[in-house]
Amino acid sequence: MADVMRLRVITPEKSFYEGEATMVELTTSEGNIGVYPRHIPLTAVIAPGVLKIHEASETKEATLMSGFLTIEPEEITILAEVCEWPEEIDVKRAEEAKIRAERRLADHGAEIDVVRAEVALKRAMVRLEIVGK
Amino acid sequence: MASMRDIKRRKASIQSTGQITKAMKLVSTVKLQKSRNKAESSKPYFRLMYETIADMLKHSEQMEHKYLKAGASDRKAVIAITSNRGLAGGYNNNIVKLIVGDDNLPADKTDVYAIGRKGRDSLARKGYKIAQDDSEVINAPLYQDAADLSRELLEAFGQGEIGEIYLAYTSFKNTVVHNPTLIKLLPITLEEEEGSGEPRSAQALMNYEPNAEEVLDMIIPKYMSSLIYGALLEAVASENGARMTAMDSATNNAEEMLEKLELQYNRARQGAITQELTEIIAGANAIS
Repeated sequence: MADVMRLRVITPEKSFYEGEATMVELTTSEGNIGVYPRHIPLTAVIAPGVLKIHEASETKEATLMSGFLTIEPEEITILAEVCEWPEEIDVKRAEEAKIRAERRLADHGAEIDVVRAEVALKRAMVRLEIVGK
Repeated sequence: MASMRDIKRRKASIQSTGQITKAMKLVSTVKLQKSRNKAESSKPYFRLMYETIADMLKHSEQMEHKYLKAGASDRKAVIAITSNRGLAGGYNNNIVKLIVGDDNLPADKTDVYAIGRKGRDSLARKGYKIAQDDSEVINAPLYQDAADLSRELLEAFGQGEIGEIYLAYTSFKNTVVHNPTLIKLLPITLEEEEGSGEPRSAQALMNYEPNAEEVLDMIIPKYMSSLIYGALLEAVASENGARMTAMDSATNNAEEMLEKLELQYNRARQGAITQELTEIIAGANAIS
């Protein structure tokens, strides 16, 4: 039997994904991690990035913007505030958001919120990355 | 006895009222269905969120964290979720009563963050300070709204403007049972849970990345927003449920009154005919 673990991705609106995965890749605040079954228990904070779900036969991708996850040996639970499949992404909006964020960062005005602009830029880039292939 | 014309007029008026309440009932039934689905599909998220927080706190009792202690200020914030529209029976009034009746929330020490015009107006009349008004939100609650509100509240909490944060909303049990509920958001206190007997063994060794404190820093705002969002969804479902019940009984009352009036009308009509006949006969007798 293939080594699998249960994966649940839940957003405030709905249960986004539920199934068995052989490996999960995602980005936490500390960097990219890949999780195989029987991982040590871990709670981590999610940073904007791509969520890659390796199932037995195929690989699914989605964007994952913020939230946190709990890893247990047999189960991963991701509580995501924002999570989308590639087909749900509005490319035009993401492009505009990227340009806006870049402009704001380039401006370097005193009153702009650099952190927020960076996060917005990161989000837009993740969205474009996942759509762009 | 009222004249035939009066009764007829009353009948017409009650009939049209009945039509309105019936239509409103139908509308709120449909809305209830929608909002209930929404509230139910978002439930897993809040349950898990709560479980995670509860687990974390259980395993880190000695943790010192700013969100786990009451703030320095004695002012309290309460988020009051009511509706923008009336005709929902006791729905809005129950929330207001809940807040006014709570000894922890005296009018002069409480800031109200109102969501819903009805509650805002009643609380303002009772002397509460309305710190903020997000009444538009209740028409179509978004997660973002809840996140914004919780960020503002946490900021105020962090700056020591408020010491405790409460949330008053109507929780949705089923179509006819909705309970006005007041919960404490901050500082977080976990109730002695019922049935928390099975400690998840894996949790005992839970690691936190980067570390427990920072994870709490991140999670608690999300916990607040998710609670607020959940409360909003449940409140909308309850509002429609309450309105449906209220309109249903209004329609029934209208029908009952109509029946009574119908009887009265028939009696009056018969009376009028009898009287007319008597008059005619009397007139005929007098001539012959």
